[in-house]
Amino acid sequence: MLTRKEVEEIAFLARLHLDDDELEKMQGELGAMLEHFGVIAGVDTTDIPPMTHAVPLELPMRLDVVMPSLTTEEALTGTPRRDGDLIVVPAIIVGTES
Amino acid sequence: MSSSPEFWTVTDTVKRVASGEISAVRAVNTLISRITNLDRELGAYLSTDETGALRDAAEVDRRRKENIPLGPLAGVPIALKDNLVTRGIPTTAGSKILQGWVPPFDATVVEKLRAAGAVILGKANLDEFGMGSSTERSAYKKTRNPWDTSRVPGGSSGGSAAAVAAGLAAASLGTDTGGSIRQPAAFCGVVGLKPTYGRVSRWGVIAFASSLDQVGPLTRTVKDAALVLQVIAGHDLRDSTSLDAPVPAFADAATGDVKGMKIGLPKEYFEGAIDADIRAALDRTIAALKDKGALFDDVSLPHTKLALPAYYLVAPAEASSNLARYDGIRYGKRAEGTDLLDVYRKSRGAGFGPEVKRRIMLGTYALRSGYYEAYYKKAQQIRALIKRDFDEVFAKVDVVLTPTTPTVAFRFNAKATPLDMYLGDIFTLACNLAGLPGMSVPCGISSDGLPIGAQLLGKPLDEVTVIRAGSAIEAAVGLGERRPAGIGGI
Amino acid sequence: MAELAQLLEDWEPVIGLEVHVQLATATKIFSPSATTFGAPANSLTDPLVMGMPGTLPVFNRSVLELALRLGVATGSQIRSKSRFARKHYFYPDQPKGYQISQFDEPLCENGHIDVILAGAVKRVKLERIHLEEDAGKNTHVGAVSHVDLNRAGVPLVEVVTAPELTSSEEAAEFMRSLHRLVRWLEISEADMEKGQLRCDANVSVRLRGEDRLGTRTELKNINSFKFVQNAIDHEIARQLRLIDSGGQVQRETRLWDATLGQSAPMRSKEEANDYRYFPDPDLPPLVVDGATMANILRALPELPAARFERYQKMQNLSADDARTLVGDRALADYFDTAIKARPGDTGRTIANWMLTELLGALNAGGITVAQSPMPPERLAALVVLVETGVISGKIGKEIFEESYRTGEEPAAIVQRRGVQQISDEPLLTAIIDSVVKRHQKQAEDYASGKDGLFGFFVGQVMKETQGRANPVMATELLHKRLGR
Ligand SMILES: [Mg+2]
Ligand SMILES: [Zn+2]
Repeated sequence: MLTRKEVEEIAFLARLHLDDDELEKMQGELGAMLEHFGVIAGVDTTDIPPMTHAVPLELPMRLDVVMPSLTTEEALTGTPRRDGDLIVVPAIIVGTES
Repeated sequence: MSSSPEFWTVTDTVKRVASGEISAVRAVNTLISRITNLDRELGAYLSTDETGALRDAAEVDRRRKENIPLGPLAGVPIALKDNLVTRGIPTTAGSKILQGWVPPFDATVVEKLRAAGAVILGKANLDEFGMGSSTERSAYKKTRNPWDTSRVPGGSSGGSAAAVAAGLAAASLGTDTGGSIRQPAAFCGVVGLKPTYGRVSRWGVIAFASSLDQVGPLTRTVKDAALVLQVIAGHDLRDSTSLDAPVPAFADAATGDVKGMKIGLPKEYFEGAIDADIRAALDRTIAALKDKGALFDDVSLPHTKLALPAYYLVAPAEASSNLARYDGIRYGKRAEGTDLLDVYRKSRGAGFGPEVKRRIMLGTYALRSGYYEAYYKKAQQIRALIKRDFDEVFAKVDVVLTPTTPTVAFRFNAKATPLDMYLGDIFTLACNLAGLPGMSVPCGISSDGLPIGAQLLGKPLDEVTVIRAGSAIEAAVGLGERRPAGIGGI
Repeated sequence: MAELAQLLEDWEPVIGLEVHVQLATATKIFSPSATTFGAPANSLTDPLVMGMPGTLPVFNRSVLELALRLGVATGSQIRSKSRFARKHYFYPDQPKGYQISQFDEPLCENGHIDVILAGAVKRVKLERIHLEEDAGKNTHVGAVSHVDLNRAGVPLVEVVTAPELTSSEEAAEFMRSLHRLVRWLEISEADMEKGQLRCDANVSVRLRGEDRLGTRTELKNINSFKFVQNAIDHEIARQLRLIDSGGQVQRETRLWDATLGQSAPMRSKEEANDYRYFPDPDLPPLVVDGATMANILRALPELPAARFERYQKMQNLSADDARTLVGDRALADYFDTAIKARPGDTGRTIANWMLTELLGALNAGGITVAQSPMPPERLAALVVLVETGVISGKIGKEIFEESYRTGEEPAAIVQRRGVQQISDEPLLTAIIDSVVKRHQKQAEDYASGKDGLFGFFVGQVMKETQGRANPVMATELLHKRLGR
């Protein structure tokens, strides 16, 4: 069974604000689904490679040639907060990850 | 053949526009007024682009007058599901989180339609991000089933199906991740074709589940579906999962000839709870095809029952990832918050509807470290087993025939829980998991006067056989000239 | 509290590095917008880079070629089928909410880099080299941050070492070796100031003799060779003092602040992440075929460590000179071209001319070897003139200066200025004979033991020949003529 705490953790990971009602409903609904989907645990899949793609393909590659693309204005149309050519967000405290 | 263009087939429209019997502008105008009159009740469109449509229609007429060769869809008025990206035309995917976004580029399918002379009327309603089977999950409006307005049109391409069924477009494009073209096609009495995964470019298709999504046509005839597919199919360098395979003349396959064709009937698709009317319609379909010389074979797809859990783990997992980009930072709606984390959580919390949140939650759960093996990876292994079932069956038969849905179109708010809704998809999911082409063709009307769909599943890249079988069903047990009577006195 | 040096007698630092190297391609790893450094904010994007709905990645072939060069040069195993995975985290410089990276099936594994340390060459194991996309750039301005996505999607290789570096010096030297190697292979400019080479360090300490690793911290944001050393030293000291005072090292990520010269832990809430890796469904497996590998192998230059060895063994160079030459691919290539143009002897003389005259002139002019007005063949020709005695070393330096300045061939200058040495034995014998005859008195004094007079005779011969007498020959003939 899915605990309330787990639901909150998943919501945090997914950066979804859920209010109390939503959290409670979600707990019940996700719990029911996971129970229903539990049947897969009993299926023997030894040595079956997971099917990541619907059709077998190799990665195509393109040439390293610059193509005309978005202007800054096109790139930033609809950006909720801007300062000139920059996107503005609330202050970030921690450093970058990569 | 009617003298007014609203129910003309694609083939008719192209012929009449090309011969000058009607101008593209007049044909398009007729549909625009019909949309103005009827769509307030039907709710098939989220937005229309009358200016753009008339401009493109005028261009077709100019070319005709100047004897410049016309494209294969010249003057054909088309609706696009609103998860297909259109340059300069707002694209919402049925979600509040994309409200106001005006894309700076076109989807490949949109470019191809335009190049073929098609005229884009507007953007059709859908379940938010394609997640749903009734179009009730659109953040914007309800789409009604033109056969009975108290019922859903199906989903998620509900707007696309309803528009074509009600004569508000000659054809439309939908997307199909787990049945989202075929199921609404069945509910609305139109033809819906989901091509082989990779047959049609996904560039500009707003991703729901990347390894399952395909674009395909919804039309009133099988031949029309083939014509539209022929235009939108083909290798695209902008989509790394696009197949570099020749595109056959699909429309030539709509001959109705099934003599000697081997058709498999998978027992798992006929043994569960299915409406009696649907069962009877399928029986009539089988009998009619036998008359035409088709050979039937009982086959088994033993992992069919596992398609639902596999699908509802794989699709939400990919969705949780694909929808991570909607954060209110670069485009779309941002909710203000006390800090960055707050902005993320509130923008996403307010921007997504309940079904989308549910799937993001489920998908996030399935991908967490420590759970990945038991859920996502396991589901992908089961997917491989499902594919293997089909490979074995297709060694024996040319195509598989099943019902598209276990029930006809249901009433609004009929599904008590999300899981109840998911269970309605049992017949359409395996096709996407295995990457196969699939089609729903009308094969009768229920005692309630609602359309019934037959589903054909083909070998990878063998849309031709699916189209051939589909055209035979259409000729034998199709709806003919029957039109939905549920709306605006159609 | 014990002194640090004393603690280090009992405790051994263990360091592993994760280094990001930007690959020098024209376009991004998955889309065709440009990678130019320093362009106006958000001017080098495309729909994919902006993370717009409906966009899909398409892989840049050059990225594979550049990464394979590094893979092969480090002796890595190259996976014939590797895979891209999505790594999820929310951050404003990460437009899709995930980074396309490689996870359990990276392109390269189990390679090594030979680090030239003061005493010896240390082979540092590489656990993996994988491909990924860079993020954009956030700048913090008071209550807000600014986001520029020009850098988003620039191709990176992440080089991950085994935890087997044992000091900050070794770590810094590894970084220098990697820096040299990627420049050598021409896969990256690796300019640290431009962020083209960036390093995270995993640091732990353990009692000497212990096999198990201690709890590690991850230091992020180390962006110069100097900071590598400072940050790691600081962290080793911090951990040792903590342990010494009875504390325990916490597994955490710490940010190095170069201005303050200290690190601070990242907020744990942000850090509690679960990247939810899974294979990217938009990107089929990356297949490296035999033809691609053959092309890479064919075009691979001899590596710095191999040249370092060869220069010492075959060219008889000192370790110092050899190290200086392999410090820069252009310099080493210059040397190799020069020695090829002058077959036979060892390269020692050429190296001397390069490291003194050539580098001196280049430095004075503020230009690089690649921009040298004196091509290697011409320097070799000049050295041949000196070595075969056509001109003296002293004259040689004048000729170098003139040739460097004017571009004229050394032999032509020698001809024009008439500065060839006199190495003609009968001629020199005749000149010496006349000099001795003119200075009979001094010859007698020399014969009777006044050794200092030998220099007088050399001077007279040089005066007679305007400095062109072959000094070695003249000395020998003078000894013969004067009797001792
Ligand atoms: Mg790392
Ligand atoms: Zn990295």
